[in-house]
Amino acid sequence: MRDKNIPSFRTLKCVALLVPLVVLLSGCASAVLDPAGDIARQQRDIIYFSTAIMLLIIVPVLVLIVVFAWRYRAGGDATYDPDFDHSTSLELVIWSAPLLIIICLGALTWWSTHLLDPFRPLDREVAGKPIDRKARPLVVQVVSLDWKWLFIYPEQGIATVNELALPVDRQVRFDMTSTNMMNTFYAPTLAGMIYTMPGMRSQLHAVLNRPGVYDGLSANYSGAGFSNMHFKLYGVAPRDFDAWVARVKAGGGTLDTPTFLEIEKPSEKVPPMYFAGVDPTLFDRIFKRCVRPGTPCSTGMHGMGGGNDPQPPHGRPLS
Amino acid sequence: MSSTTLDDRTFYLVEEADDHHPESGTLLGFWIYLMSDALIFATLFATYGVLSGAYAGGPTQRDLFELPLVALNTAILLVSSITYGFAMIAMQGDRLNATRAWLAVTALLGLSFVGVELHEFAGLIAEGATPQRSAFLSSFFTLVSTHGLHVTVGVIWIGVMLVQLGQRGLHAENRKRLMCLSMFWHFLDVVWIGVFTFVYLLGVVQ
Amino acid sequence: MFDQSTARAIFGRLTLESFPIHEPILLVTFAVVALLGLGIVGAVTKYRLWGYLWKEWFTSVDHKKIGIMYMILGIIMLLRGFSDALMMRAQQAVAFGANQGYLPPHHYDQIFTAHGTIMIFFVAIPLIVGLVNYVMPLQIGARDVAFPFLNNLSFWLTVAGALLVMVSLFVGEFSRAGWLNYVPVANLRNSPDTGPDYYLWALQIAGVGTTLSAINMVTTILKMRAPGMAMMKMPVFCWTALCSNVLAIAIFPVLTGAFALLMLDRYAGTNFFTNDLGGNPMMYWNLVWIWGHPEVYVLVLPVFGIYSEITSTFTGKRLFGYSSMVYATVVITILSYLVWLHHFFTMGSGASVNSFFGIATMVISIPTGAKIFNWLFTMYRGRIRFELPMMWVVAFMITFVVGGMTGVLLAVPPADFVLHNSLFLVAHFHNVIIGGVVFGLFAGMEYWFPKAFGFRLDRFWGRVTFWGWVIGYWVAWTPIYIVGLMGTTRRVNHLDDPSLQIWFVIAAIGAVIILVGILAFVIQIAVSIKNRDKLRDTTGDPWDGRTLEWSTSSPPPAYNFAFQPVAHDLDAWYDMKRRGARRPTGGFRPIHMPRNTGAGVILSGLALALGFAMVWYIWWLAAVSFAGLIVTAIVHTFNYQRDYHIPRDEVAETEGARTELLAAGT
Repeated sequence: MRDKNIPSFRTLKCVALLVPLVVLLSGCASAVLDPAGDIARQQRDIIYFSTAIMLLIIVPVLVLIVVFAWRYRAGGDATYDPDFDHSTSLELVIWSAPLLIIICLGALTWWSTHLLDPFRPLDREVAGKPIDRKARPLVVQVVSLDWKWLFIYPEQGIATVNELALPVDRQVRFDMTSTNMMNTFYAPTLAGMIYTMPGMRSQLHAVLNRPGVYDGLSANYSGAGFSNMHFKLYGVAPRDFDAWVARVKAGGGTLDTPTFLEIEKPSEKVPPMYFAGVDPTLFDRIFKRCVRPGTPCSTGMHGMGGGNDPQPPHGRPLS
Repeated sequence: MSSTTLDDRTFYLVEEADDHHPESGTLLGFWIYLMSDALIFATLFATYGVLSGAYAGGPTQRDLFELPLVALNTAILLVSSITYGFAMIAMQGDRLNATRAWLAVTALLGLSFVGVELHEFAGLIAEGATPQRSAFLSSFFTLVSTHGLHVTVGVIWIGVMLVQLGQRGLHAENRKRLMCLSMFWHFLDVVWIGVFTFVYLLGVVQ
Repeated sequence: MFDQSTARAIFGRLTLESFPIHEPILLVTFAVVALLGLGIVGAVTKYRLWGYLWKEWFTSVDHKKIGIMYMILGIIMLLRGFSDALMMRAQQAVAFGANQGYLPPHHYDQIFTAHGTIMIFFVAIPLIVGLVNYVMPLQIGARDVAFPFLNNLSFWLTVAGALLVMVSLFVGEFSRAGWLNYVPVANLRNSPDTGPDYYLWALQIAGVGTTLSAINMVTTILKMRAPGMAMMKMPVFCWTALCSNVLAIAIFPVLTGAFALLMLDRYAGTNFFTNDLGGNPMMYWNLVWIWGHPEVYVLVLPVFGIYSEITSTFTGKRLFGYSSMVYATVVITILSYLVWLHHFFTMGSGASVNSFFGIATMVISIPTGAKIFNWLFTMYRGRIRFELPMMWVVAFMITFVVGGMTGVLLAVPPADFVLHNSLFLVAHFHNVIIGGVVFGLFAGMEYWFPKAFGFRLDRFWGRVTFWGWVIGYWVAWTPIYIVGLMGTTRRVNHLDDPSLQIWFVIAAIGAVIILVGILAFVIQIAVSIKNRDKLRDTTGDPWDGRTLEWSTSSPPPAYNFAFQPVAHDLDAWYDMKRRGARRPTGGFRPIHMPRNTGAGVILSGLALALGFAMVWYIWWLAAVSFAGLIVTAIVHTFNYQRDYHIPRDEVAETEGARTELLAAGT
């Protein structure tokens, strides 16, 4: 007698076909699945590859579940062997098959995590094109405020809020910190995200390979204005980048300490701002939490750990 | 738990007398609770470990710690563990009055320990080394105070036991409670050894 | 009426403004809840049930009654937590472009925080603790747990925590910092309101309950097993309960510590997790995730145990690879303690540290995979009866395996750099929690309900529940995986890309299908109660079970077993049935039982008062309730009369009634 509770094979097969179709469709116009940055592209490839390796075992398991559930149902005519509860050889297979997959994935993890370590300068601009060792990376200093993004270009001496322009095919090094909350600096098309943390300096190396207009956001909830903490990323040819810098410089405005303190106040949905000049010590002082004149600077530590610890006072009287 | 071997066809224990009580789990349960308490201390130690260098321009271990006071406190606590041991020996020997006396001495030593610690804290706060001054001081005060609070609870517990021993003598239930308190008291001693090594000694040596 | 300072002295920072008089959604909710509450209180008063409830249930130290009360708590909180989910799905389905949605952001942020907090702490934990409480002592042949009073106290402390969270809906605000109450958002400077305080006090109080319960369960399993039941002859459910509770003891103190430090920051101005004066917010993240990751294994291990019991029973075979299952459980327990950093790979720990934690995370999938295979091979050459519990098992296997896969994917740090905090992550953990824990809880409830109440659950409504949840889960969460892969992040109340809207609409429809499943469950219980005579089970063993709980009547008598059962083999009841064990029908003796007590209710009430007082800075009330707690605890220790004996005649009468019932049934 057919058990009405088991879904028929045909229904299952239809559902199974739909899912990858749906996923494929979503791939169009996706910053994650079709990124413009080499790091993001490599990360996407790792997602694909890892999923493929795992499907090697997941798909047979899913099939087996359905097959066994159907085959050994009470009304059916398959063998019933109530004493079959142990098999050393089967156990060996059961433990080794996942182990082998995990060994593969583990090796991939070790290799790719070191290769794509955000602290590590890039080896290549894009597949097949190694980085020119003589060219210096473009440095962009990133500060997450409540609730907008500040970008400082120390070499060009300019700064912007909520607008990031990058020349294509040039390595960029982001030095990042935060004023108050923890956010993540994330432009999906460019590279994976990294936390920006008060009193700490994180780093990301990336390169943009395709010009275009892209989205950037924070991916860690940081309070009232979090949902609107967006910025636009403009990928432009190197000449156009220089033109953009020149336009910003012509626009006037200086990001000095009083202006910064003004911007630091909480605000949401902030439209882009541009500054023709920026105090060169500003980023360092934000990171060391001594922007306000008279505040003692903490030593700060690179990346993780340490918190904000001011210079240990040797022989200073207690204050 | 019973020494008789049960034959293959005995499915229910019908013959044994009713004093077949399952072995009491109280001591095991209390021990496991102590391990969970140890984990709270571990968290506080770890926090202290991470934040011990975060002076925020304020005073450091070297500036603040007075080792003679710490040595006195350590001695008081260690002796109190010995006196509690004497109380337990008296209990095994069914000597109620001796048990109560040694417990009272232990409680007094515990109170002295807490008193010395409060004196130390008062001194630090008067100097401006408050828990709010820096992360180092926050973690120092919290770790040491948590231990001190546990000692205080232990002293109160001894007080309650003294009353209950007065009421019921060395009743089986009271003996169980004294054994738990014993574990608690010695545990606090062990934690203190961690505190004075990791916080005071190491802090001054660095 | 009062001047400012008097008002502050009496009411702390509680003012009229603390009540949501300007928020229509909350006002309506409050009205509905108040009406429902008054209705229930009115009905209980009308039928004069307060005495009965107090004597038979609230003060009971019987693990069976406490287990049932935990389940009721969990189910009620499921309704609240799921309402939050529906609100979030509705908001995200409409809030695109110019449309800001119907929820103010301030409110939305509290909803996502409350949803997660409630689902983990007040739904999943109570339901798991409830099932372990009910079933485990019966399975090991014990009469109760090791510390019956502590059991009662643990339950009421959990209720106190739940009440504090529920009160925050109508008085003041709840936290907006996510279900783990992250800093820096939850620092006093950024959230000076009552939100994080409600969170912290509710969870500290409930956390004490959970820790005590875990100590209780571990001691019970280690000390109170039936003669002959060696550890390796114990039902797998008891092994998973043991490992889960050991893990709970190992982690809850860390959470208690972390929350205490944050409380000190908020109340005493210390600098553990502040941005300045040396504070280190990242330390908080490390501490809560050292708790947080093993916590999900605390939830899922007992559920794995439930699946093992059900698979074995409904395939008519012993569980395949028992030792292997035990070792896998222990390995998972140990490994789960070593992976917490995978929750913040993106904080820049360096490649070697990230790799270690990533690989450790993946390794957990090996024993988990072994378990799936063992269930598969239990089904192999079995005779599978697709009663509802078994249907849930198959649905679990298919769903959970996919969730495990996405978990291993997230364990690869470069992949996580893309997917961290995205909706892909949210879909992953809902995949494993719903597909694993929730399906398992429903399986367990269907399976053990007849044991607890003496009648089965209605099959039709059970199937509606099943299909509502299974179809609803896939319709709700597959789109979320998709938008996650497209770069959408979590906890946003508004989106700008209109091409994503369709996915959120589908997800909302899925949530409604799950709602059908949940409502069907409530209906199932109501219908089953109404038809209980037709659904009655008089044998105590409706499923042809294999473990000792099925040897008792349904429901079991207060004392569980008139005589101590002796175990000789794994699947002790199956062994008894196979070899013709006879149930003793005479020679009963008085049975030693623990007395009921109101101390648990009183202590928890005081804890609730303390929590509320501390949240609102009502210092006098805090002092009074704290003093009350100490005094009550000490006074309680002066109570040495905590037990009594059930007289021999009463036992004989109860057992005699069962003998008749069994004879009539054959």
